[in-house]
Amino acid sequence: MTILSADALLEVRGLQTWFPIRSGVLRRVRGQVRAVDGVDLTIYPGETLALVGESGCGKTTVGRSLLRLIEATGGNIWYDGVNLSRLSLAAFKPYRQKMQIVMQDPGAALDPRLTVRDAIAEGMEAFGLGASWAGRTERVADLMRRVSLDPELMWRYPHEFSGGQRQRISIARALAVEPALLICDEATSALDVSIQAQILNLLGELKAERGLTYLFITHDLGVVRYFADRVAVMYLGRIVELGRTERVFNAPQHPYTQALLASIPSLDPDRRGVKAMALGDVPSPSCPPAGCHFHPRCAVKLPSCSTYDPPVVPLRDGLSRCVLAPFCAGGEGEPERTAVPTVGPSANAAGAARP
Amino acid sequence: MSAPLLSVENLVLTFPAETGRIAVVDKLNLTIARGETLALVGESGCGKSLTALAIMRLLPKPGRVEASSRIEFDGRNLLELSVPQMRAVRGGAIGMIFQEPMTSLNPVTTVGDQVLEAVWLHEKMSRSAARERVVELLHMVGIPDPRARFSAYPHQLSGGLKQRVMIAMAMAMRPRLLIADEPTTALDATIRAQILALLRQLSFDTGTAVLLITHDFGVVNEIADRVAVMYAGMIVEEGTRRELLSHPRHPYAQGLLKSIPRPEARGNKLLEIKGVVPRPGRWPPGCRFAPRCPSAFDRCQAELPHRTTLSSSQGAWCHLVEYEVHT
Repeated sequence: MTILSADALLEVRGLQTWFPIRSGVLRRVRGQVRAVDGVDLTIYPGETLALVGESGCGKTTVGRSLLRLIEATGGNIWYDGVNLSRLSLAAFKPYRQKMQIVMQDPGAALDPRLTVRDAIAEGMEAFGLGASWAGRTERVADLMRRVSLDPELMWRYPHEFSGGQRQRISIARALAVEPALLICDEATSALDVSIQAQILNLLGELKAERGLTYLFITHDLGVVRYFADRVAVMYLGRIVELGRTERVFNAPQHPYTQALLASIPSLDPDRRGVKAMALGDVPSPSCPPAGCHFHPRCAVKLPSCSTYDPPVVPLRDGLSRCVLAPFCAGGEGEPERTAVPTVGPSANAAGAARP
Repeated sequence: MSAPLLSVENLVLTFPAETGRIAVVDKLNLTIARGETLALVGESGCGKSLTALAIMRLLPKPGRVEASSRIEFDGRNLLELSVPQMRAVRGGAIGMIFQEPMTSLNPVTTVGDQVLEAVWLHEKMSRSAARERVVELLHMVGIPDPRARFSAYPHQLSGGLKQRVMIAMAMAMRPRLLIADEPTTALDATIRAQILALLRQLSFDTGTAVLLITHDFGVVNEIADRVAVMYAGMIVEEGTRRELLSHPRHPYAQGLLKSIPRPEARGNKLLEIKGVVPRPGRWPPGCRFAPRCPSAFDRCQAELPHRTTLSSSQGAWCHLVEYEVHT
């Protein structure tokens, strides 16, 4: 039986979301796209956990599976000790209020036929918040002021706003139902860098004010290093490394994490030359390579990596899924490995345990 | 110093609006030396991509290059060339690659035949010789097993491989200038690193000059020799890669660099540039950046700044910089 940590906000065990591939006249299932293939995650209240990876690694599917916007094919999700996966959709509804999502493209996420007021108030109406129409409108005005939008603009439509303003509307809409967990799925990726800075600052302020917890799904490692407390690195449907942000960036353990970090161009004119450490291309999640999923691109693979599925090697602050992890040369910032791993921010370390 | 390979003078691009034609690029000057990589950096809507298209004479209608403009390439004014002459320049002396390799390739023709077409358009040779040249090009851009990939269709290739095919096509005629418009923006981090390494290697090996259009200062640092920062249709600062990244002087260039989340900024607020980029036609009368500038003063609202020379290579269009230099 799974041991859950007492102080986790959200606990995910063995999450699996597969999509059937159908073909032929009878639409028979010919295979499965293993978008998410056994993901374990613990999110502690008040932290920012980043989920990073390249396109197709399954990070967005994890976010959507948590909200049951896509139904997972396996695994369990506990929110505050309640197993959400076993709930009917009706019984699940209250949890949608506690977990909200901000998506990448606010142009597509907002209904073009709803005014900003109605878009922000929609969730409040769905969950029966706010005493009256006027009360909700007043709250919409407060929220708009909070995200630095002029409340006078609440009767306008989304197309009249810029990308950054639309992302502010999406954030106000998510906050309207007072969630505890905000899933930000590439929330700043479509924005210009100066606008991205505005949105990141806003998200930082909101977190401090309201004690929000973030699951920050992104491919931008610069944003992760700036913003996240912990990082989970995904590759082909699995988490290959997890740990505190500082440790992962200073002493990455998994060869994929190392390749990913080596590929970030520096802004320092004296440090030029990204290294292309991962060879070739990302394989399709419909036929992931046998053994370690990363082995065809890995620069340090062993002969056994092509057949032997690497175990999860616990680290003091997380995990690495690589056969070499137990033997990696120790350097500064090297995490110690412990028999009973503890995950999570140091404040929570005592209560955390994995199955 | 020899004459530059490309020299753009007084480039004005306009589009029609209800109130007459409005400028989207305004009196832009830039030069690229032979073998040099110039990065044109700016946020969306600043006119950087339109500048690149105008150089190729591919500005979409109803856009127009105004008569005062000059685009001199290798001693010829491209704006005066006939359509067939210009067609020979495109893909010949100047190659171009775009952000979306998926939409730039023909989905119903094999990638080998598409590169072959580029080779044949500019050089007469037998089919077998052309085929060998294509295989050689595919190999040069790092496509594994190029002989087998010759007969692959674009959908069978990943985004990174498609971008390599585009680069092979652009390099087919050994161009003297390669225009690369956001070549790595649509690619994943590990693939972007591969393509950046390839572009740097190709430009070094073949001596091809590159005009790189990007919004990413990381990419600039990787492959540019010189940088020009654009804002609202104008260049606001230019200099070497080192000058721009270490000592930017224009408040916009400074703000852009400071708003990038860096590890040192952890725990602190990022610098924000207030407001949004003004749309063409709504540009303020003075310095275009003045309404958003933290250091703007009276003169900035009224008068468009001129270039202030900071070094043999660095210059900024800013009244404040002018005061600082002259006092």
